[in-house]
Formats: sequence, structure tokens, C-alpha cells
Amino acid sequence: MNSTVALLLCGPAALLGTAILAVAASRLVYATRLIYGAALVISAALLVTIAGHLAGSPGEVSAITLPLGLPWTGARFRLDGLSAFFLVVVNLGGAVTSLYALGYGRHESAPHRVLPFYPAFLAGMNLVVLADDAFSFLLSWEFMSLASWALVMAHHSDAANRRAGTIYLVMASFGTLALLLAFGLLAGPTGSYAFDTMRVAHPGRFAAGAVLGLMLLGAGSKAGLVPLHAWLPLAHPAAPSHVSALMSGIMTKVAVYGFIRVVFDLLGEPAWWSGIAVLLIGGVTAVLGILHALMEKDLKRLLAYSTIENIGVIFASLGLALAFKANAMPSVAALAFTAALFHVLNHSFFKSLLFFGAGAVLTATGERDMEKLGGLIHRLPVTSFVFLLGCVSISALPPFNGFASEWLAFQAILQSPELPHWGLKVIVPAVGGMLALAAALAVACFVKAFGITFLGRVRSPVVERAHEVDRWSLAAMAVLAAFCLLAGILPGFVIDGLSPVTLSLIGDRMPVQTAQPWLSIVPIAESRSSYNGLLVFVFITISASLAAFVIHRFASHALRRGPAWGCGFADAVPAAQYTAVSFAQPIRRVFGGFAFRARETVEMPAPGSLEPARLKVDMHDVAWEIFYQPITGAIDFATERLNHLQFLTIRRYLTLVFLYLVILLLVLALWP
Amino acid sequence: MNGLTFDIAHLLAGSLVLISFMMLYQDRLFALINVFALHAVVLALSVAWQAYIQDAHHLYITAAIALVFKAIIIPVGLHRIIQRLGIHRDIETAVGIGPTMLAGIGLVTLSMVLMLRVTPEADPLAREDLAFALSIILLGLLVMVTRRNAVSQVVGFMSLENGLVLAATGAKGMPLVVEISVAFSILIAFIVIGVFLFRIRERFDSVDVGALDDYRGERR
Repeated sequence: MNSTVALLLCGPAALLGTAILAVAASRLVYATRLIYGAALVISAALLVTIAGHLAGSPGEVSAITLPLGLPWTGARFRLDGLSAFFLVVVNLGGAVTSLYALGYGRHESAPHRVLPFYPAFLAGMNLVVLADDAFSFLLSWEFMSLASWALVMAHHSDAANRRAGTIYLVMASFGTLALLLAFGLLAGPTGSYAFDTMRVAHPGRFAAGAVLGLMLLGAGSKAGLVPLHAWLPLAHPAAPSHVSALMSGIMTKVAVYGFIRVVFDLLGEPAWWSGIAVLLIGGVTAVLGILHALMEKDLKRLLAYSTIENIGVIFASLGLALAFKANAMPSVAALAFTAALFHVLNHSFFKSLLFFGAGAVLTATGERDMEKLGGLIHRLPVTSFVFLLGCVSISALPPFNGFASEWLAFQAILQSPELPHWGLKVIVPAVGGMLALAAALAVACFVKAFGITFLGRVRSPVVERAHEVDRWSLAAMAVLAAFCLLAGILPGFVIDGLSPVTLSLIGDRMPVQTAQPWLSIVPIAESRSSYNGLLVFVFITISASLAAFVIHRFASHALRRGPAWGCGFADAVPAAQYTAVSFAQPIRRVFGGFAFRARETVEMPAPGSLEPARLKVDMHDVAWEIFYQPITGAIDFATERLNHLQFLTIRRYLTLVFLYLVILLLVLALWP
Repeated sequence: MNGLTFDIAHLLAGSLVLISFMMLYQDRLFALINVFALHAVVLALSVAWQAYIQDAHHLYITAAIALVFKAIIIPVGLHRIIQRLGIHRDIETAVGIGPTMLAGIGLVTLSMVLMLRVTPEADPLAREDLAFALSIILLGLLVMVTRRNAVSQVVGFMSLENGLVLAATGAKGMPLVVEISVAFSILIAFIVIGVFLFRIRERFDSVDVGALDDYRGERR
């Protein structure tokens, strides 16, 4: 049946039409509402189409070939379980973001730099997920990258944004190059770029390993795997907040989709070792990402680093799925794979929610630096409540959705003693330890993010003037918070919805969850472990209500405001509170030595001087220094050496060409 | 194919290579152009012979073009240009004749070895022909590289193009041979000689391409 995918392709086409309309209309007064409204309607329509498809025939594959692109391949598009799931992620995120942008976009200082690229970006992500040949995939991928680059550069008068844009562009080109090479290897000497021929042709062991490595480079650089993450905390916060939410919440998921599509679908059966690299990189990414987030005092950059952590969790789960699949344990592989996909969905919810919250704070105060915020809970009560829900979700606390997916991942890790290979037996629990560490640090990080921003006393006068943001933004955040809660208390429905995908890619599925009593979820068997989010939720609600009732019934009704305890100081200025940096100091002292080469020095004043002593912290971005600086240095050196080639005489150029030709001919003549 | 036709084709192609060698050591422009005219005549003969033995009548057109344009019109035109520019006494090789000849021998060896290696299953006539054609192309490039004067670089380029025509006619059933040779001739005749030479002349009062480098403020 071709009609579904043809119908779905109308969506990106309509979004591209909206982009063209936006170029013409972007300076009109109502352009913001028009464009975001259109994007909202189109995304919602796409969502309804996919929902109808999933409700009717979830396992069905529909494909279409358009007479565009490469003449002998055509532009192929295909809808299967995996792309349907990611289309849900993309369009749900797109719809909610458009809803948020209806309000947030009004504060945009240069709407004509944002409006045309926003629908184009959405269209690019939809097309990547639908593409079914390498050419369409790469074209859509690059289109998505360029559209998001243009959005990053929306406020290009800021030098930091320009730098972020440049680094992003370089990394995106590098990633696409890696993908190009990977597809080249998959296509093999026959050069058949359609995915369905790649699916049946199995590359050799060396080629399969190279494809896996190249996909880690290509999709990993877009998703933000360490050490290819350097662009992400620069570029994601530089864009307007709703675009940051799209980039962090959705675009990284499209990168995950690319990885899954190639490694799980096109590459065929994995080798036993293929999971190890993905596992280790995922674990390291999770820990380093959240450590960086903890050190950050810029709210949006903190969220961007936390995205790196969650991508690490997702890739570690995918690595687990690869390892279990290669060792003939398909039921556990299905569990790990479900955990990864579930976390993809969850992260798209709560990271969008948190970026919306950061955008609301930015709108209300004009400030991203947490050290200048504080006490916002009184000014922005609704925003702070939904932001709190987002923080609880991302910290993986029950009964919210982050807990459900991370719990599934740990359930898969706990099956590692049954693995036959001793290397995996050691590595999987080690990565599990890393993920546990990352989860604990994530709690600390979001206690800091919420506490410093919304609690405590006001640190700067901008907060005094803050007002609650508009209804569109609040509605979008409330919708996402509701999704976080729903997916947390009813995870069984999500897991069952994912089963067609795991069936087609892993060859097995988790037990049917909706058949379990009391809506529990059971990863392997009920005798081993089970979790009931609804029960936890009901228990928390009832006990909290009871406690509140008891306190208010049997203690005083009156609301009293007393003086805060001043820690023994006579006049506690707001600056004496915990700051973002001081909150993170203990963790910096434990991990900073190897993760950041952090060094603290105390500068004492000269005896008799009345100057204060100063504590200086010196931190390094180790990945930047180890991986990027040598490369840029080498490029500088080579260009310096090659520069004088620009100033040769015509005869010398001819000679160079001639010598090159002769050398090539010599190689051809001497080749064995 | 009987032995005689093969031998004659071989002889003509071989003499083209020989004439390319003769071009390498001509240090006067007039002599160089005369040798080039000879080169074109032999090419015309070779193409005509191919047309005869392959029974491909359209190749006679190529032969006629080679004879009329490259053996008569262009050499005569170049003679007049050189006289008008007054550069007929220039001696302008950039590299000594001895090393150039040695390099030429090396290039011919290279193309023989290469062609005989990569085309073991081809028709023997086409094989020899391709080897000779590659030698002529490389020798033409060598002429371009070892000269400073724009006129002799153009002559080198034209001899290179003769090699291409030889390769195209030697292989049986090559499409668009006539069209390609016409296009090349027109390219050389009008664009390269006309525009290139007179532009340089107008601007720098010389056809020594070194003047371009002086203009850019570069040392040679």
C-alpha cells in the first residue's frame, strides 16, 4: 500500500511550502502566528496520519519511489515500524514546539531570520526518517543540518553565536562525510544505493566494522557522542529557545534513528564485539556529559550538556541490544532496544519541556545565567511547577517517565551474567556502573538547575520585574508535563506500542505488558522483577494528600512567613546563598581532576593588605584539547606549507599537473 | 587483417612518435612549426589509412581536417603571427635538450609498458595504436612544460591533441570521432591562438608567458 507514505510526504512538502511562504511574509505583523500556526497544523496532521496507520496496521510497510534524485535509483521513501515511531517523536515534538512558538516567537527580535528556516528544519527531519535510499537520506540529512545551522545563526551579531555556527557547520560536514563513506561501503562495488538492496547484501567483517565506526562518527557527531560533542553545547543554546528544544529534543533523535537504521537494519547480523564500542562510548558520554552539565551555570548550556548524557544512555542501551543480539539472547536484546527507544521518546518530552522552561525564564528575565536568577518560583509559579516536573522526569525519579526507561535499561544490564563472552561479562556491568553514576549526577544537576534558578532569594533586579509568560507557552509546557507523567504511570502501553519495531529489527519482543495485572510492566518474567508506575503514583498522591491533610487539620492553618535562618551571619545578602558553582564544588573536587584537569588556587593578599583573598578555579575541556586542537594545528601547519603553491608560474603549474599524471601512470604500470 | 595493412598503420603511428621527438629539440620557432606541420601531415595519412582499412568513410573527413587546418592553415597563420610579433629569432627552451630527450624516451617507455600491460586482450593494432597515442600525448605535454613561449606551448598542445585523434581513430567503432576532432580544431584555431596571444601581446608587449609572472610581481 503506497497511499500512507504518499500522504505522509505531503507533510514535508507542505512544510517546505510554508518555508517559502515565510520568506515572502516574514516581515508582516501576523507572520509569526501564521507560520507557527501552519507548522502546528501540519505536524498535527502528520501525527494523526501516523496514529491512524499505527492503529490500523502497525506492522505494515509502505514504500514509494519518486522520479527524482539519482536517475537509476529514484527518490525512495518508506514507512515501516521504526520510521513510524520516529515520525511520532518528530511530529509530536514539532507540534508542541510550534504551539510554544506561537507565544514565544512574538518576542523574537529578528523573525525573518527564524521563520523561513523553522518549517524547513521540520521538513528535513521528517524526510530523513522517511528516506529509503542513501541519496535521499544524505540530502535530507544535510538539508536538516543546514536549516538548523541557519537557525543557530539567527542572532549572528553575537560573536559567540557565530563561532558556534562555524563549529557546528564544520562538525556537520564531517558527520555527513562519515555517513557518505558508510553508505559507500554498504552499497559495495555495485553502487546500489537503495536501502532494500543494502538490506540483503551483507558486507564482509572488515567492511561491517568500518561501517559501524563510520556511523558512530557520522550519527554520533550529530547526536553528540563524546568526543564529537564539542559543537553541541555551543550550538544548541545559541538558537532561539524553541529551536534549541527541537535541536536537543528531536534532532539528536533523528541522529539516533540514522544509527539504528544502518546498524540494526541495513548491516545485518552484528558481530559479537560490535556492542562493546557502542557500550563504552555511550557510558563515557553519559558520565562526561552530566559532569559538564553540573559545572555549567548557563541554564541552556546545562540543558545541552544534559542532552549529551541522555544520548549516552540511549547509545549504551543500543550497545546492550547489539551485544545481546549478537550473543543469541533476543529477548534481552529486545528489552534493551525497547529501553533505548522508550528513552528516545521520553527525552524528547522532558528535554523539550526544560528548554521551553529555560526559554520562558529567558523571556521573563532576559537572563540565562543562573547566578543572576533565583526566587523565580514567586514570579513564575506555573512555569516553575512544570519545570520541576521536567526536572523530576529527567532525574529518573518515579513515577515519571525517565525512571521507567532507565529502569528497563538497568534490567537489561542485570542480565549480563548470562552472556557467554567473558569480555562482555566484565564490560556490561562496568558500563552499568557508569550509567548509575550518571543517573545520580543527573539528580544533583537538576536539583541545582531548579534550586538555583527558581528557589532561594532573588539575586538580581531582573527577577523582580519578571512576569509569568503567555498562555501558548504555558499550554505547550503543560502538555509535555502531562506526557511525562502519562508515559511514566502507563509505560506498558508505550512498550507494547514499540513491539512491532523490536520484532522487525531484533526478531523478538518483550512480553505483552497490557496483559499484566494491575498495569505492571515486566521486562523478562514476573518472577524476576516488575514495576508499577501507576501504583507508585497513587501511593505518592494518597500519602502526600494525607500528610498535607493531617498537617493542616491538626496543626495551624495560618501561612506564616518568618525570617530565614541567616547561617549565623548578621545580614545575609543574596550573594551568600549557594550559587550554581558552589553547589557543584564537591562534585568538581571529586571528578574534576581527571574530567576537567581542574585546579584550584588560592591567591592570598600580601600581609597587611586589605584586599580579599581569591579562590581561582582553572578548568579545561579535555576533549577539546586532546582531539580538536591537534587537528586544527595540523590543518594550520599544512595550509601554511601549501600556501606558496598559490603563487607559481603557469609553466610550473603545467609541470605539476604533468608530473602528477606521470606518477599516476607509473603507479598503474607498476601495480602488481 | 593482413600483415601489410598492419605494418603500414604501425609505420605511420611510429613516425608520429618520431616527429614528436623531433619537436622536442627544435629551439627555433619556425622550425618547430614546420615540424608540427609535418606531424599533422603524417597524422592525416595515418587517419586516412585507418579510414581505408576500417572501411569507415567518415574518418576521411577527420583526415581532411587534419591536413587542411593543422598542416596548412594553422602553421601558415602561426608563421605570420611570429613575423608580425618579430619573435622569430627567440630561443626559448626552459630545459636543456639532452635532459628533455631523455625524459621523452622515459615517457615513451612508460606508455609502452603501461598500455601493453593493461590491454592484453585488445585487438593488436588498437593496442599498438593506443601505446603510440599515449606517447604522443605525453611528449606533447613535455613540449608544453619545457617551453617558455606561448606559441610553442600552443604547438605542444596541438601535438598532444594529434595524439588524441590518433587514439580515437585507431580504435574501431569509436563514436563522434569526427565531431571531436572538429571541435578541437576550432578550439585551438580561434580561442587559443587568437585571444590568448593577442591579449598577452597587447598587455605586455611580449608573448613570453613569463611576462604574466612579472606582472603578478612574482619571481620566476
